[in-house]
Amino acid sequence: MIRRFLAVLRARNLEFLRDRSALGWNIALPVFIVLGMWLLFSGGEKPLFKVAVFSAGVPLASLHDDFLETRFIQFYSVPDIQPTMRKVEHDQVDMLLDLHDPNHPRYWVNESSPKGYILQKILVGEKDAHYSRESVSGRAIRYVDWLVPGILGMNMMFSCLFGVGYVIVRYRKNGFLKRLNATPLKAFEFIAAQVTSRLMLILVITIAVYIGTDLLVGFYMSGSYLALLLVAILGATSMISLGLLIAARVSSEEFAGGLLNLFSWPMMFLSGVWFSLEGTPAWLQHAAEFLPLTQMLVGARAVMLDGAGVLQILPNLLALTGMTVLFLAVGAFGFKWKND
Amino acid sequence: MTDIIEVNHLVKHYPAVKAVDDISFSVRQGECFGMLGPNGAGKTTTVEIMEGIMPADHGTVHYQGEPMGPLFRSEVGIQFQSTALQDFLTVRETLRLFRSFYPRGLPLDELASLCALADYMDRDARKLSGGQRQRLLLALALVNDPVLLFLDEPTTGLDPQARHNFWELVRNIKARGKTVILTTHYMEEAYLLCDRIIIMDHGHIIAEGRPATLMSHHFRDAVLQLPQEDFLPARDALGEDAKQVGEYVEIITADINATIAALLSHGVSLAHLQIRARTLEDLFLELTGRELRV
Repeated sequence: MIRRFLAVLRARNLEFLRDRSALGWNIALPVFIVLGMWLLFSGGEKPLFKVAVFSAGVPLASLHDDFLETRFIQFYSVPDIQPTMRKVEHDQVDMLLDLHDPNHPRYWVNESSPKGYILQKILVGEKDAHYSRESVSGRAIRYVDWLVPGILGMNMMFSCLFGVGYVIVRYRKNGFLKRLNATPLKAFEFIAAQVTSRLMLILVITIAVYIGTDLLVGFYMSGSYLALLLVAILGATSMISLGLLIAARVSSEEFAGGLLNLFSWPMMFLSGVWFSLEGTPAWLQHAAEFLPLTQMLVGARAVMLDGAGVLQILPNLLALTGMTVLFLAVGAFGFKWKND
Repeated sequence: MTDIIEVNHLVKHYPAVKAVDDISFSVRQGECFGMLGPNGAGKTTTVEIMEGIMPADHGTVHYQGEPMGPLFRSEVGIQFQSTALQDFLTVRETLRLFRSFYPRGLPLDELASLCALADYMDRDARKLSGGQRQRLLLALALVNDPVLLFLDEPTTGLDPQARHNFWELVRNIKARGKTVILTTHYMEEAYLLCDRIIIMDHGHIIAEGRPATLMSHHFRDAVLQLPQEDFLPARDALGEDAKQVGEYVEIITADINATIAALLSHGVSLAHLQIRARTLEDLFLELTGRELRV
């Protein structure tokens, strides 16, 4: 059994490593994106501001605060101050207002955030000095620090889904799977080799890109590398399994491409690769939790930005493991060797 | 001779067509067994059921007297009609990959010489010619030193020289005592390689036996072939017996001497006369009223 698994693993690795164009693309793309985003975000500013308001349950509309009428600013209610302060630190929320005591309104901004600074000017211009200014603790995190895990995760997602999905569909369409099925090789051995091969390649590439990007751009990493590696392994395995599930029965590359896009695009926008879902409807945020990329990015950012350990990200790790088991079980059960 | 594989009352339906319609036959140990028929006759469906790749709707296939067990896949070799291989692997790496799936098999060097691949072992498998590629697929089917070998239209699309080379390899494999099941729509291939054949059409077996026996059973005549121009003087007298085939006229006769005498008596030149024995192509035409190669 091990011999057959290792033989398929070796052959698949050789195939990938010799396909220089695919290998080069997998390495170059995320570096280009990180560089591009860094250039973009270190120079300009975004037109929209996000302001979180703590009002102890009082609806914002009934607060009758002129500042809340300001155009081009999105105001939304938060139930607690502490978690939102953390988001201000991470530059995901531009300002936090505490209006629960009308006689003692307070605000927090990220010292390094240009948007926080502008908002503060608007607010102070609007208000009297009875607003007392408070400082957020901890290191101020730039957008690029927050973005790097997203970009690495997104590249992993595309590589997991398309790398495995397309390869399996191509093998099925051209009859290679049928030929393998005529040998004593078992579906489990074949699938395990595909998952392992892709996992190894993705980890090597992601580590290379991580180091390269750190040298070129420099980003924040406060947690343990072991915890980060664990998140990466479980995240990649769950997304490879999703790719296998999508490709379990499909024989057409066009249809497979459509299906893979159907899964990858929502993940790209809902899993928090580019921007936080902060301020979006609660149901959307809950729905996003069912995406493996969301769980991986939440875990990775907790490790990198907040220094979380394995215990703190255990819920994310368990969610990723659960998804992997589910995807693999359904995928192996429905796996088809033959083209229709 | 014992039967290595027995097919009993096999039936397979596809949504719009009955591909295999209650056929039974058996293949003997050590023989080369041919399955002939035009495209769509049900050959590939039958053979894929025998290979255990496709389930039958009804009927059974017994291998060495028993239903196919887990050992079946280790003991047979299969060459499909069309198979893609893993990209970016050399011939040697591809053979090594498949060799590792089996507990026992032939050494790669022996396989390479048996299939005339020794000069291409380190070549990327995608860069092989059509004939070399078919020889690699044959080598993959032999990698486990099988007792039973399935070859599904192995020479379709090959040029005549590559086809003859391939036949030579199949003869060598037969000489090693292997049982070969060959599907083809080349009658010549079946005639040269097969000990026994079945001819299939529309999911049925329409003839079964040794190629030479089948021929002598159905035909006791021969075909005389003349250019049309040469036949003109005898057209009025012998026209009813003659059939126009392209530029030629063919006369099917059981008494060659009498026919030639009649042609001479009408002043026909025999300078371009050709006499050929009846072929399996003729047999198929006789049995179905249709050309084999559609």
